[in-house]
Amino acid sequence: MQVLTRSIPLLITGLAGLVMILSAFFPYTSDWGKIAGNFFNIIAAFAFVLGGGNLLKIHLKKVSDQSEGWGYSGVILVCFITTLVVGLGKLGAYPNPDFPNVRLSGETQSSGGFWWAYEYVFKPLTATMFSMLAFYVASAAFRAFRAKNFEAILLLGTAFIILLGRTFAGVLVTGFISPDGPLGGLRLEELSVYVMQVFNTAGNRAIMIGISLGIASTSLKILLGIDRSFLGSGD
Amino acid sequence: MIKLLTNLDRRWIFLAMALCVAVPILVIGLTGKTIPETPTPLAEAFFNEIDTAGESKGRRGHVLLAFDYDPASAGELSPMAISLVHQCAQRGLRMYFMSLWPVGPQMIDESISKVIDRHYPELVYGEDYVNLGFKAGNEQVIKVMGIDLTTEFRTDTKGTPLQQIPMMKGMTSLEDFDLIAEISAGYPGTKEWVLYSATQYNIPMVSGMTGVQAPLMYPYYPGQLKGLLGAIKGAAEYESIVNVWVREQKFAEALVAGGMDEAKAQEVAAKLMDKPAQVSTWTESAEAADLDPKTKAELITIATAPIPGEFLEGQRRMGPQLFAHLLMVLLIILGNVVFFAQRRQGGRS
Repeated sequence: MQVLTRSIPLLITGLAGLVMILSAFFPYTSDWGKIAGNFFNIIAAFAFVLGGGNLLKIHLKKVSDQSEGWGYSGVILVCFITTLVVGLGKLGAYPNPDFPNVRLSGETQSSGGFWWAYEYVFKPLTATMFSMLAFYVASAAFRAFRAKNFEAILLLGTAFIILLGRTFAGVLVTGFISPDGPLGGLRLEELSVYVMQVFNTAGNRAIMIGISLGIASTSLKILLGIDRSFLGSGD
Repeated sequence: MIKLLTNLDRRWIFLAMALCVAVPILVIGLTGKTIPETPTPLAEAFFNEIDTAGESKGRRGHVLLAFDYDPASAGELSPMAISLVHQCAQRGLRMYFMSLWPVGPQMIDESISKVIDRHYPELVYGEDYVNLGFKAGNEQVIKVMGIDLTTEFRTDTKGTPLQQIPMMKGMTSLEDFDLIAEISAGYPGTKEWVLYSATQYNIPMVSGMTGVQAPLMYPYYPGQLKGLLGAIKGAAEYESIVNVWVREQKFAEALVAGGMDEAKAQEVAAKLMDKPAQVSTWTESAEAADLDPKTKAELITIATAPIPGEFLEGQRRMGPQLFAHLLMVLLIILGNVVFFAQRRQGGRS
């Protein structure tokens, strides 16, 4: 069984990784990369089905065990199954004008129940969830953003520059400084661009280089079979 | 006062934030006034890159528009997506829409319906724009598109084989595009397009993104990313550039239709754009003596016609953002006043 659970997956991983690396550096092998990519895309499409199955399994178990918060799981299941049936069955969707007698020939993106669920349920709900961040950030700004030490003061100063510089308030506050004069760079809208392009870019580039080196090292470990945690065996 | 602030119920903060957002929305909605925007070099670079797409190859630009976002971030990203399609449509570029996000096709449909269907009905599907839809596989889709486009996309969203779509002729891989314009809300998004297409195949790329993502993408500007729009501020700046440019283009088109030669029309259009309120006076000047009354009337209509609401969404949203940011600054100051007062009291005791 070790062959099926360990050796073959390790071989596939090593080969796929090697092919992708080769295809990036040698044009002759670009077709190999395409084949590996196609396999990946097919597996990614299957992952949607697997994800749906996993969601059903977890929440059916929660409802069946009546564990804490099982009511929410019930809501998820009802919404999931309803959307799936309405979408796959193309309920309410107009048939394709070329095939008016074939009910399933229509598309669900601009008519029918699936479109309705997207437009009037999914869209407002996700937008609401995202909008709520503004309230929590405001509350956090009042309670947690303290000038406790020098680093915190630097952070606060930067926050003020960005918060004001990214709106018309920046123009109002420092509008008296001539944009073409020697102090033009001190206008808040200019300062906010400077902070983002110089300090932010320098810091982020350093982080990115570090992350990239880390990714390269981890990837090599996986491809060479040294790191086997992705097999889920706890090796 | 300090005691009141110390024990301030956070629901008051929520109410203040709600008012800071709701009141400007209502006022801007009722008056139609927006806050003026001064474009930054990043927004100008974004605009210029699209404006010159395809010029190096001496052809009509072929632009890949990747809309990788969902309704959660549509409030921030839709205005820039709409302005992007607006500029491409006005410029006469060929638009290839696609998405790596499952609900991306709805975002594409929204932009097509608000811009092309309403304002550019003369554009033909399959000849001027095509919707390739969503493809699962994240960055791997980009990698395969770099090698062979038709392997990844065999049909468009309507199920039409790509071979039957006129504007897909000769399009075999990412290298056949003159520009990639990406609107991104996260993963997969700008970073993946930079890593697997713009860098690898040296394709010019511009990107608009959420405020959370923007600081992480600045390191790619101006090397891999030729233009960058960060959040609603970037959208508002770009929108204002596009709106001014479109009006100028319409002035030029009207002047050319009225018999003026193209170079002169561009020059006059730029002059009219400087002072649109004085177009009526200009039409009576000696410079406009050769123009027929129909052209003059059209110029006045272009100058006075209000900009459609969908092309002002970014600038409208800067109103709530202004007051929300001011509230945040105020809250930080008040929070620190409480903090220092408490620290002083603690020191005394």
